[in-house]
Amino acid sequence: METCLECRDLSKRFGSVQALDGVTLSIAPGRVVGLLGPNGSGKTTLIKLANGLLTPSSGEIRICGALPGKETKAVVSYLPDRPCLPEWMSADELMDYFADFFEDFDRARAADMMARLRLNPHMKYGQMSKGTREKVQLILVMSRRARLYLLDEPIGGVDPATRDYILDTIIRNYDESASVLISTHLISDVENVLDDVIFLREGRVTMQASVDDIRAQYGKSVDALFREVFRC
Amino acid sequence: MVWVFENDQPIYTQLVDQIKVAIVSGELPPGARMSAVRELSLEAGVNPNTMQRALQQLEREGLVYAQRSAGRFVTEDTAVIARVREALAAERVRRFRDAMRALGCTEEEMRTLLFGSREEENGNLS
Repeated sequence: METCLECRDLSKRFGSVQALDGVTLSIAPGRVVGLLGPNGSGKTTLIKLANGLLTPSSGEIRICGALPGKETKAVVSYLPDRPCLPEWMSADELMDYFADFFEDFDRARAADMMARLRLNPHMKYGQMSKGTREKVQLILVMSRRARLYLLDEPIGGVDPATRDYILDTIIRNYDESASVLISTHLISDVENVLDDVIFLREGRVTMQASVDDIRAQYGKSVDALFREVFRC
Repeated sequence: MVWVFENDQPIYTQLVDQIKVAIVSGELPPGARMSAVRELSLEAGVNPNTMQRALQQLEREGLVYAQRSAGRFVTEDTAVIARVREALAAERVRRFRDAMRALGCTEEEMRTLLFGSREEENGNLS
């Protein structure tokens, strides 16, 4: 099957800052991949290039074989690194909103997950706690039947129980034709649910390997290896 | 099942090991139906592909078998289970012996630590 995400010699420059520098990688269907790197290493830039919010300075990025555009937006489900949903909407209204925008939105699935959160149906998104907002946003994003899920820091700043809920929701909802790219620096929390990891450093890929290969080869967790490689 | 993972080994080998323990201890009895891959992976909090890989390894070792559409089952061949039990026990004994040697224990000391001294034994008998 074709790759869900492919980058060839992809670079992005912001003025004098080289955010991405010759990134070449590919992600096969059915994989859950961690995009790992310190702050400022280019994780969010790569994700924004993949969903067409930025355009490359040079090189190429393809989603399921196509350049980012209207067609790829229909198959890419994106969780931004900051909340961006209308604060005045209730969970029900947010589901309507997603159903209007995305043909692949599975409303029944979303409604089922929302019901289990036991939200007050009248509560607005803006009134929810941070953890609940993260859960609601993730439910919406994971209820699309997309080919590529781009999750930018899905577990940052939430408590450990919410983290488990979020990881559980990710694993429960992607299917084998889709890939999931999770950017994070909370490696020990996500390590067990990842197939592969990509290490980014100063805009370059320094490693792409499977979690179990890293553990077998180095005799340590990806988290421990990361701390060693990126020691400040 | 309770799943516990160490950081210094691949996750899939730890899954293989822990499912083996469940089988030889009878927690998963011969002929028992295994949960679906996704259910097991959610329970263990691991990636479904990793769980799949562990189950395939157990299939190759003859401990579980897949039946089209019906799912995966623990083998009914108790001889296979007995062999795996022996192998697991031997592995644990080897690790124990290595750990004791690292502490500078002689075999005699290990024996004493494990079974008590002869005098104690005799004392217990009388």
